[in-house]
Amino acid sequence: MAQIFHRSANTLARASILGIVLLLSAVGAALMQLQRSPYVTGQHIAPDQPVPFSHQHHVAGLGLDCRYCHTSVEESSFAGIPPTKTCMNCHAQIWTTAAYLEPVRYSFRTGKSLEWTRVHDLPDFVYFNHSIHVNKGVGCYSCHGAVDQMPLMYAENSLQMEWCLNCHRQPEKFLRPREEVFNMGYQPPSGEHSVKVDGKEYFDQVELGTVLREKYHLRSTQDITSCSTCHR
Amino acid sequence: IAAMLAGMLQTAIGYLLFKGVGIWGINIPVGWGFAIINFVWWIGIGHAGTLISAILLLFKQSWRTSINRFAEAMTIFAVMQAGLFPLIHTGRPWLAAYWLFPYPSSMGVWPQFRSPLIWDVFAVSTYFTVSFLFWGIGLIPDFATLRDSAKSLVVRRIYGMLAMGWRGSARHWNRYETAYMLLAGLATPLVLSVHSVVSLDFAVSVIPGWHTTFFPPYFVAGAIYSGFSMVLILAIPFRYLYGMQDFITLRHLQNCAKVMLATGLIVAYSYGMEVFFAWYSANKYEWGMMWNRMAGPYGHYYWMLILCNIVLPQSLWFNRVRSTPWLLFLVSLVVNTGMWLERYVIVVVSLQRDYVPSSWGMYWFTKWDVMTFVGTMGFFTLLFFLFIRFMPAISIFEIRSLLPQSKVKE
Repeated sequence: MAQIFHRSANTLARASILGIVLLLSAVGAALMQLQRSPYVTGQHIAPDQPVPFSHQHHVAGLGLDCRYCHTSVEESSFAGIPPTKTCMNCHAQIWTTAAYLEPVRYSFRTGKSLEWTRVHDLPDFVYFNHSIHVNKGVGCYSCHGAVDQMPLMYAENSLQMEWCLNCHRQPEKFLRPREEVFNMGYQPPSGEHSVKVDGKEYFDQVELGTVLREKYHLRSTQDITSCSTCHR
Repeated sequence: IAAMLAGMLQTAIGYLLFKGVGIWGINIPVGWGFAIINFVWWIGIGHAGTLISAILLLFKQSWRTSINRFAEAMTIFAVMQAGLFPLIHTGRPWLAAYWLFPYPSSMGVWPQFRSPLIWDVFAVSTYFTVSFLFWGIGLIPDFATLRDSAKSLVVRRIYGMLAMGWRGSARHWNRYETAYMLLAGLATPLVLSVHSVVSLDFAVSVIPGWHTTFFPPYFVAGAIYSGFSMVLILAIPFRYLYGMQDFITLRHLQNCAKVMLATGLIVAYSYGMEVFFAWYSANKYEWGMMWNRMAGPYGHYYWMLILCNIVLPQSLWFNRVRSTPWLLFLVSLVVNTGMWLERYVIVVVSLQRDYVPSSWGMYWFTKWDVMTFVGTMGFFTLLFFLFIRFMPAISIFEIRSLLPQSKVKE
């Protein structure tokens, strides 16, 4: 009786072993990538807004302080989006005929809120408090990226839990003096560049961060990485 | 029928996913019901298969040969049924990946390795893998036999692929036996530890009736007890319907019955010890738990359990019973029922009344509980029939090796 498998089956059999290994590792790697990809996190993707508001223009161009619009960021857990009234403070006089701004004027006329699309949207089982971060020396830049360079708002970071924990485990790598929190141009200390705190010069971020951690009474890493910090 | 019952399982699980675990009879004092009872029951049943194929191999018991193959199949299919329950009894089974497996998730969290439920994940998945490998390796020479005896080319090719080019050379056989022995040596501690881990789900807790140190060996003994009764339940009709009386002889049945009797006595001893220590501990909760078992609202379950697991199986002392297949079949059915009741008593009766009387409750299973349970039996039977149809249910090459062996002795 003839052989049931042709000789080429030898190659196939060997290739299939390699194939399975490759396939499994490819699927595993793909899943690991996918859970962190912008497809899942929405990172670096600027969604459409009712009005194409440009942070670049208002912050870098006009030099507005972050707190002019996001007023409650120092006192409240929620930084807040400015009401139409804030826009109209200027745009009642400037660009009054711009088509771009018609939704704003419409909102002001009718009292209907502008429906902004939220870019940094945490799930509701996470409690995030803006004021605590701002008051303990976390700059806007550390989490939101270079907002002053963003014509349209997008999320610089993934906002995934591992990203949060990354800082809560080692806050000294990111802390800056409180006065510099809203300074988008702040340079962290490096070999050449120093940052002065209480009359002392620091050339190293971790050194500075450790001092600030002490100075601002940050709670221990164990405390701020426990579940009850955010998942209340 | 088996396919219909398996369909029922699908329906029950589908509805469960749609509606939530609230369709079962579980409540707040009794958070574990049928799902865990059945899980422990199925896992227990699986253990006899590995015992037969691994432990008896280590002891060089040649009578295991004619029953080991389908006992291993029984293990695998029983573990498959059991494996369903830990998944579906959770409220959110679709999140299983991240709370079960340690992988670098984007949340920076890992499973809690102090929980016996996580040990369950590792125990059961390892157990399944090793059993499957053991079974698969045992099948290779037999697939080769089927390959060579099959008539159509398609069937030859299928078995040929499964046999992976087995030619039966001396070098093959030498390595084969070594690998088989090694796996048997690995599987033996696995059997003992897997059901011990399952027992720790209870023994690690602080519930009176659960928090006891003798659970691990007692559960393992119970597992082998129920497993062997399942082997007999399957073997007796199998040898009758497929005319296997020459392979599965009375001696096999008798030996299985003896193992059953031995493990049954360990179980009986454990029941005795449980009562004794409840009294000897002078702990009012322990003693109250015992009273509740015997005379509480579920007292009849306890006494049925004693009847099924201790009283009736004592008939196995008589050779008359051990050598009458239908009687043996009945006893096995009784034991399997009894072992199910044992898990019921442990799980439900310990939970329904514990420390605080204000949180005493009752547990009534619903039709969905029953449908899921009966459904797993259907799925099991379905897999088992498929196995009997397409695979060698008796290990051909091992039986062959027995034949010349017996001639040498003569």
